[in-house]
Amino acid sequence: MQQPILEVDGITKRFGGVTAVDNVSFPVYRGEVLGLLGDNGAGKSTVIKMICGVYQADAGEIRFEGKKLENHNPKQARDIGIETVFQDLALVDPLDIPSNIFLGRELRTGPFGFLNKKKMAEESLKLLQRLKINIPDLSSSVLSLSGGQRQAIAIARNVYWNAKMVIMDEPTAALGVRERSNVLEIIRTLREQGVTIILISHNMDDVFAVTDRMVIMRRGQKKAELVTKETTKEHVVGIITGAIDY
Amino acid sequence: MFSLTSARNNKAKFSWAQFLLRYGALIGLALMCLILSFLTPVFLTLPNILNVIRQASINALVALGVLLVILTAGIDLSVGSVLGFSMAVGAIASVKLGMPAPLAILLLLFSGAFLGWLNGIALTKLNLPHPFISTLAMLNIARGLTLVITKASPISGLPHVMTWLGGSFIGPVPVILPFLVIVYLIFHLFLNNTVLGRHIYAVGGNPIAARRAGINNKKILVLVYVLAGFMSALGGLALAGRVNAAYPLAGLNYELDAIAAVIIGGASFFGGRGTVFGTLIGVFVIAVLRNGLNLLNIRADYQLIGIGLIIVAAVYVDVIRQRPFTRSSEV
Ligand SMILES: Nc1ncnc2c1ncn2[C@@H]1O[C@H](COP(=O)(O)OP(=O)(O)O)[C@@H](O)[C@H]1O
Ligand SMILES: [Mg+2]
Repeated sequence: MQQPILEVDGITKRFGGVTAVDNVSFPVYRGEVLGLLGDNGAGKSTVIKMICGVYQADAGEIRFEGKKLENHNPKQARDIGIETVFQDLALVDPLDIPSNIFLGRELRTGPFGFLNKKKMAEESLKLLQRLKINIPDLSSSVLSLSGGQRQAIAIARNVYWNAKMVIMDEPTAALGVRERSNVLEIIRTLREQGVTIILISHNMDDVFAVTDRMVIMRRGQKKAELVTKETTKEHVVGIITGAIDY
Repeated sequence: MFSLTSARNNKAKFSWAQFLLRYGALIGLALMCLILSFLTPVFLTLPNILNVIRQASINALVALGVLLVILTAGIDLSVGSVLGFSMAVGAIASVKLGMPAPLAILLLLFSGAFLGWLNGIALTKLNLPHPFISTLAMLNIARGLTLVITKASPISGLPHVMTWLGGSFIGPVPVILPFLVIVYLIFHLFLNNTVLGRHIYAVGGNPIAARRAGINNKKILVLVYVLAGFMSALGGLALAGRVNAAYPLAGLNYELDAIAAVIIGGASFFGGRGTVFGTLIGVFVIAVLRNGLNLLNIRADYQLIGIGLIIVAAVYVDVIRQRPFTRSSEV
């Protein structure tokens, strides 16, 4: 396969006596959707938090486009093109959709640097169209949106900034069947546009529907790295639960 | 594509609360004015209206600062004491120390902002659990300091420059009226059209989201307490002009009217919700109620009961409106 965009190389993270992530290595290839799987507490969220700079690894290193990430924070990660959609959707309910999409990176205009609301609304609309997200009223507060729409906004917010890689932690966990398929559709659209994606999910159907490859973790360790087309749900579930020892 | 029905249903279900929230205070104010103009012929006369505006003006200034704080889901109990302290500082600087009036005014405003800054630091650096605590402490400290530096007696003989804002008229119009209009427009612009204003809503609406978006929450919090202190001081300057003196108990209990105005004006104690316009309405609901009951010779204790009931009604609307939120976050 091609050059990896991200290389996770022997990373370890301990919380007190707990080794949450134990010497985990895997590559992520440019343009692929990589599933990161494992039971609750397997260490998935901790892995991605080290990638996006919420935590620093106790050992090992992470390279993005060949460059080692050192003491990076989430903002620096975003600046080099790594965006993360966290498990708890961090939207500001009372604010409208453009304000949420542009939160912390507002567009300004004029000598006083006032908010460029018109431009932000236009850009939001373009972005939502690009992701094929259909929301009628951009000026509504995000509180009035459904769970799937909120998730869509949370994702859209991260890809506006020409993200090279988007990490999603359980983006479909709280959604109904139909809304879930909408989010999967967004993931496919992003992939078509060349964005690399790491998808954490518990849901076998989701993982088999959109991923190219998967990494399976168990109790902090990497247990398997598989090509989605070459495996089966039963096999994967077996590895996750430990029924199949890899 | 996305199912839009759920969003619509949400809206339809809660539109009543939304409506009350947005226009309830305004409708209430209009009704009060209508009823009062029938009950007493004095109410709708120009002198009385100007009088209401002058009486409302101090609270109008103080409440703007409190609005910012409440938008961040905080509270500032110290605004009344800070008002009294900064007023005393300005009066002493001018009358006792002979400082030029413009300098004394700057010192007055600075001392308010400084106490506000201390409130912000106590919250963000000492990590006191809630601004209720830090500003309750400041309420006592600032009042105590005021009594000490004034030796518990009023200071009169303020220069004209210091009393101009609160005490002078241009023709029939009190100077404070156009001043209020300008200050309210500035705050409206600040909250709605600047990045800082947007971030104030974000910090109150969802602090975690704000932090993730790279916003420095603590910086925003310190800023709103500084501005609350500054606005209290500005209220102190206006009050000094109106009564033509500084006095040690100036601003006593003003925090209550300011908080009440902000809440009646539709701001949410949960943070992230509230407008400058709403606060203005809230200020006038209280002022008109007081004025009307005075004109009708109804005793002050009934005025308190009236304001209390209005607060309950306003906060109840807020609680109803929060329900869809609580539910959707549980799903
Ligand atoms: N901040 C933390 N402090 C202490 N322990 C933690 C922390 N974060 C995660 N852990 C522990 O690390 C392990 C892995 O957690 P996590 O990465 O959240 O797993 P997953 O996302 O796969 O469910 C768990 O045992 C969890 O309790
Ligand atoms: Mg997790």
